Amino acid sequence: MSKQLILALSKGRILDETLPLLADAGIWPAEDLSKSRKLLFDTNLPDVKLVVIRATDVPTYVQLGAADLGIAGKDVLLEHGAEGLYEPLDLEIARCKLMTAGITGAEPAHARRRVATKFVSVARRYYAEQGIQAEVIKLYGAMELAPLMNLADEIVDIVDTGNTLRANGMEPREKIADISTRLVVNQAAMTMKHDRLKPLLNRLREAVTSRRG
Amino acid sequence: MTIADRWLLPDGMDEVLPPQAARMEELRRALLDLYHRWGYDQVMPPPLEFLDSLLTGTGTDLDLQTFKLTDQLTGRMMGASADVTPQVARMDAHSLKRQGPVRLCYCTNVLRAKSDQHQGSRSPVQVGVELFGHAGLEADLEILRLALGSVKAAGAAEVHLALGHIGLYRSLVQAAELGHAEERAIFAALELKSPGELAACVESSVKDPALAEMFLALVELHGGREVLDEARSAFAEAPASVGAALDQLAALCEGVAAADPQLDIYIDLAELRGYEYHTGMMFAAYVPGYGQALAKGGRYDDTGRAFGRARPATGFSMDLKLLATLDEQQPPCDGIWAPADDAPGLAQAVQGLREAGERVVQALPGQRTGPAEHRCDRQLVRMGDDWQVSHLA
Repeated sequence: MSKQLILALSKGRILDETLPLLADAGIWPAEDLSKSRKLLFDTNLPDVKLVVIRATDVPTYVQLGAADLGIAGKDVLLEHGAEGLYEPLDLEIARCKLMTAGITGAEPAHARRRVATKFVSVARRYYAEQGIQAEVIKLYGAMELAPLMNLADEIVDIVDTGNTLRANGMEPREKIADISTRLVVNQAAMTMKHDRLKPLLNRLREAVTSRRG
Repeated sequence: MTIADRWLLPDGMDEVLPPQAARMEELRRALLDLYHRWGYDQVMPPPLEFLDSLLTGTGTDLDLQTFKLTDQLTGRMMGASADVTPQVARMDAHSLKRQGPVRLCYCTNVLRAKSDQHQGSRSPVQVGVELFGHAGLEADLEILRLALGSVKAAGAAEVHLALGHIGLYRSLVQAAELGHAEERAIFAALELKSPGELAACVESSVKDPALAEMFLALVELHGGREVLDEARSAFAEAPASVGAALDQLAALCEGVAAADPQLDIYIDLAELRGYEYHTGMMFAAYVPGYGQALAKGGRYDDTGRAFGRARPATGFSMDLKLLATLDEQQPPCDGIWAPADDAPGLAQAVQGLREAGERVVQALPGQRTGPAEHRCDRQLVRMGDDWQVSHLA
């Protein structure tokens, strides 16, 4: 069996920052990803292929072994759980924070705090650790709207500059975790393809270190 | 109740159909015969036990995996066996009480309330062997060779062996005198193989700089056999038990490589699977195309202590259902087709062929399927007063 490597990339903002890093490590797609509707791409290396998928699907692909390694935000990984995955490298890109936020100056009135988020497991874990009884409401977007419409007392979301929060009369409150983009590896792939993976990991690590300046 | 509700199976519960069922049975026999030839006696653990004995000394993972129900005779809680190993350990420690090494094997259905991997089966057929009463490397090597032999017997052409030793991590944790919360944080970072997160944990909780170095080295120590040499220099100043663990791994590598020079060996010194019960070397066998290990095992001394007799123990187990998917062959077309006829002599002819070991399928009156659908390549035809087997075109 050939030791082909499948690398799963997260679509969107992370992708734009990932590709230069991959190029520094000696891997680039054979065609322009943004100009194609394909999902599976060849690269300059005959034994490396790329799949470009939704960020939330990356850990699933890697965990089940459909991809050998993947690139995903720590926020997605925290929510998905780490079972079956190694996380050997912090790519130090797309940095932000996972935080709680609420309407500026408002105290959560309910004894049972209502929390709107797309990070349901992270929110459950976090509030349980804080000793706060929370009712978690799953939303898929526009979290900032939830407290304004009195759907929730707080939200748990990614905060970058905080501008969207402020524009909606909200303030960041507690930091749950620092987020950056991570490289994840399937455990079985690490075992069977270590001779192929380790050099690649080292090249990526060098690329990350050299960018630190 | 809709039609969908009638055929729907619970998540992770599957029925096994032909030809896969035949393949599983063939493999089950082949494996049990293999273990018999190696001197292992078969045992059959009960499917239900009182929870107290089922979960003794096994940790919380198994507790979560165990289906529970109340015994209406005694009011006590019972659990369905989710892992046979502790049951077999009890048989050795309490029921058998034999002197000297005891070799046991089993093949049995287990149930898991929660699968041990993502989308895994909740009704695996666990097959494996356990060797009790010998603490030496020779026992570990026997188990390793038998595990590799089992995966090969199932039809795997290329096997990758992952080897680790829980003793390294245990020794370092002991030397660093870590509190429970600190140890858990380091454990989680090591399981992720995340140098960044590990560095953060180690910095805040390991005071001794030499030990801190060693924890950080651990996360990078995985790869081919050269890892053992790298570990020697990284752990030169480590407690003696670390050196002993490395010696054991080197000897095991040599032992399996001598038996199978082609074998790909992967060493992972930060492997922490089964931390709650493993006490020495641990291994897993991987086959390309499978995202999970096909065989897992290792040393787990002391499990018998809870049953009154602490015994050295080493062994491995596999999921027969998964293993049987390695070599999916179409069953042979080798039967003999007998007509639906009550002619004199036919019944005796059929009986005679069956006694000689042939598979004979007798047609039923009015049936529309023919010999091909019933995997027959020959048929019984009348020759005067006699019935003869003739080949089908």
